[in-house]
Amino acid sequence: MRMLPGVTGLNAARSEEILRPVKPSFILVTLFLALLANIAPLAPVTTALRPDLLALVLLYWCIREPRYVGVGTAWFVGLVMDVADATLFGQHALAYAVLAYAADYFRRRVLRFPLWQQAVQVAALLGLCAAIVLLVRIVGGAPLPRWTYAVPPVVGALMWPLLSVLLQYPQRPTRSSAKR
Amino acid sequence: MHHISVEPPAFFHRGPSPLSRLALLGVFSIALLFADTRFRYLEGVRQVVVVALYPFQRAVLLPGEAFAYVADYFVSKRQLADENSRLQETLVAQAPTVKTAPLLEVENARLKALLETARRYSGAAVAVEVLYTSRDPFTQKLFVNKGVDAGVKAGDAVIDELGVVGQVTRAYPMMAEVTLVTERDHAVPVRIERSGIRSVLFGNGTGRSPELRFTAPSADIKVGDRLLTSGIDGTYPAGLAVAEVVDIDRDTGQMFARIACRPLAGVDRSQFLLVLGREAALPPRPEEPAEIESAKKGRRGRR
Repeated sequence: MRMLPGVTGLNAARSEEILRPVKPSFILVTLFLALLANIAPLAPVTTALRPDLLALVLLYWCIREPRYVGVGTAWFVGLVMDVADATLFGQHALAYAVLAYAADYFRRRVLRFPLWQQAVQVAALLGLCAAIVLLVRIVGGAPLPRWTYAVPPVVGALMWPLLSVLLQYPQRPTRSSAKR
Repeated sequence: MHHISVEPPAFFHRGPSPLSRLALLGVFSIALLFADTRFRYLEGVRQVVVVALYPFQRAVLLPGEAFAYVADYFVSKRQLADENSRLQETLVAQAPTVKTAPLLEVENARLKALLETARRYSGAAVAVEVLYTSRDPFTQKLFVNKGVDAGVKAGDAVIDELGVVGQVTRAYPMMAEVTLVTERDHAVPVRIERSGIRSVLFGNGTGRSPELRFTAPSADIKVGDRLLTSGIDGTYPAGLAVAEVVDIDRDTGQMFARIACRPLAGVDRSQFLLVLGREAALPPRPEEPAEIESAKKGRRGRR
């Protein structure tokens, strides 16, 4: 019998690797850390570039663990984000719920591709999320933002490969557990 | 090509399908959005969640603060070393020079000016420090480190040593949200210092300069005029510097002139601000004629 490969280097799990089940508490902790990263203050230049990390982590769990994280969770997380952001109540909730639905719809397709090609599809999904927020704000009477508004989804997509590997890490079999 | 069915078979069903959940929650979100923009009764909920998040927000701020502290330490240390060597040189040359940390000096001067402003103003004043700016790219807001516990109330004016910065729009137990004068449609009643003309300064949103709206093209306003608060609505005490006129477009075809202004205060820079409490409530605005009031109510009722 072939031994399962140990986790070496920063690579996503190959399809023959059998992942351990995810702990729901781990999902909660990552979502919470992403929320904190979202509200952490940064210099104005980096604020313009900062991706919506919460949306990215949410997207990851919607694609990987649809049984734990779905439209309802995303909606609730969006409400918390709205409060932390002190903006309109419901804009992130709406955007994240749509994001979660889109993730659920496309998840089988996204997972078939290598990480870099997944990132392209993630950029589109994050762009959709940002577009919904933009639409809500413009209906609410806000002026059009500058072109830099389109940058964060791209930055978020560039972070997707690294984030996928990091979030998958606790679930991957180690050499010792594979021997047993 | 056949699509893989998105729907699980009936015996694997786990509650309503994602699409129906999305529809339901989408309607919920839109209802919440309307409720928040129209009635603002979700402020209570916001209050509770903000208090719960506050320790974590401060925790997130800590690394930055620690870094600034350490950087400050090393900078001052290096400055001291430089100063030492320079002093030794000058001692040799018998020419005494005084070198102090320029950063600290500038900050001191600013704080002194701020203190001076507080002394001139008779009402209660609270000195605050900016915690962070809003993440939202659509709004011009700041969060400061004192709230209801320090006597900050929603509606208080916020200034720095140069002029008006904005207004407290939400006061939480331990911090407050300040809307800047550059926020879209944020209005400040002003008076031209030179000619005394009254007007209202409206913010224009991120990256655009505030302007005086509804001012006749013939009004006596020149580029370079300073705008002071008029004190008319009772929010801002009279006589605080607000902005400077930078551009006037008197197109006679238009009903009003376009007058662009530049805020005098360090709206996007100042670290230390002063919150001015209201001295005394103005007498209430006289009742509007009854028929107009009832006509408005009637229209609303029919809707």
